[in-house]
Amino acid sequence: MILEVRELVVRYGQATALDGVSLEVGEGEMVALVGPNGAGKTTLLNTISGLIRPASGSIRTAGRVVQVPEGRQLFGDMTVEDNLRLGAWRVRDRNLSHIYELFPPLSEMRRRRAYTLSGGEQQMVAVGRALMGGPQLLAVDELSLGLAPLVVQNLAEHVVRLNRESGMAVLLVEQNARLALDICARAYVLEAGRLAMAGQSAELRRSPAVQAAYLGGAVGEGEAVRAPATSPRTAGGGEGGGTAP
Amino acid sequence: MSFFLGVVSSGVATGAAFALVATGFVVIHRVTRVVNFAQGVFSVVAGMLCAALLTLGLPHFLAEVVAILAAIAAGFGVGLVAIGRRGTPPLASLIITLGVGVLSYAVVILLWGDGPVSFSMLQGQVDVGGVTMLWQYVLIVAATAVTFGALMLFFNLTYVGKALTACYSNPHAARLVGIDVRRMGLLAFAIGGGLGGLAGVLLTPLQPVEFDSDVSIAINGFAAAIFGGLLRPGTALVGGLVLGVAEALVSGYSRYASLQSGVALVLILGIMVYQAGRRPEGAE
Repeated sequence: MILEVRELVVRYGQATALDGVSLEVGEGEMVALVGPNGAGKTTLLNTISGLIRPASGSIRTAGRVVQVPEGRQLFGDMTVEDNLRLGAWRVRDRNLSHIYELFPPLSEMRRRRAYTLSGGEQQMVAVGRALMGGPQLLAVDELSLGLAPLVVQNLAEHVVRLNRESGMAVLLVEQNARLALDICARAYVLEAGRLAMAGQSAELRRSPAVQAAYLGGAVGEGEAVRAPATSPRTAGGGEGGGTAP
Repeated sequence: MSFFLGVVSSGVATGAAFALVATGFVVIHRVTRVVNFAQGVFSVVAGMLCAALLTLGLPHFLAEVVAILAAIAAGFGVGLVAIGRRGTPPLASLIITLGVGVLSYAVVILLWGDGPVSFSMLQGQVDVGGVTMLWQYVLIVAATAVTFGALMLFFNLTYVGKALTACYSNPHAARLVGIDVRRMGLLAFAIGGGLGGLAGVLLTPLQPVEFDSDVSIAINGFAAAIFGGLLRPGTALVGGLVLGVAEALVSGYSRYASLQSGVALVLILGIMVYQAGRRPEGAE
């Protein structure tokens, strides 16, 4: 196991954000975490990343966990290169060539300030910055948020390739459940701070409850990145302010 | 004409020192979002300590260096008190720095008394393009130029300097990549202490310091700093020079030299009203 979360409880004052969540990710595994807005997905990631202290429960990691945060959270007024370099703060190996090999467009934008990039390019920087931290587990928070379908597909392919080629485990937090279940073998469904379901993606996709809540009724083949009509994102309102603890 | 140029040159010198204090405000505010109202204390402590060391027989330069090191330590100490506890909101830290400033009066009076303190300046003067400038003025301008150059290099070229900028740019992301934002804040406070200390040892020969001189030093530094919205060292330098020259002109040409200290306050008020009107609500 590269990540083992046991009975995790997180509270913000009186409110309980996570209520006894257990989850694990094996080496080289790709695991999805889906659920509606406000279910506690980002809280879970931030707790795993050590930004939030849990009230109880345990988190065991075997290897480095690096997060790609929701909303990308770049150093906007700094250059692409500086953003990537700072990702290596923990590891001190600041060679960027493998990132530029992975995302060739970034190589041409290395001197540009991050805020001038398009959303998709910014997400590349965010993923690249996280990779600079040398993760054994990449925890991606909302890879698809606010991006065009083609861009999302391209990024998802990159993440899958990284997983296959380097054996890096991935924990993918997504509101786009269709995408998440398509590229991850296993998935957890988080609702109101509790695990509602867990299992193989294929099984979850067949579950009527999952279909109704996250896949917009019937399962459509080959529509991996289209947002489901009943996406909680549209019902849940703004995404802002969800990242900071 | 030569009187005018003489006034301007003294203004440039004091303005350069204000710019150092201002940059202390800026560096600390950028990294921690705290307006450090104890910023003037570093100058007082360094000026007083330097004078005391000189009295003890330490040679110039060594005394100044020791005083600046003490100011760096004082900066670190103020930082520990102000932001040492995780999760202290910037506004609470600001109040803490105010408190530290007042507390410093007691410490300074205990150590060095409540009278004005000064020490001899660099002797002699030099002719710079027809203007006679005191060597002390030249020293202040040169030290300021070197310091600004060093800061630029530090922030733009070094990894730690970039990490400091990252803390300002996006503290949440900085934490995610593993930067200890609190430690960076303490580093910023130490740098701010050093800048204040440098200004203190440069200014004290021109304007004797007392235990409560920190207020006027901080007001001048703050006025220069808010030229750049407390965020840009380059603009703070311009602000310091403009302020220094303006004050020198007021004291040189008006019958009421004490009006000098009002210049900074008028400037602060003007800039704040202007920026409040220009800025959309909620913007940085």
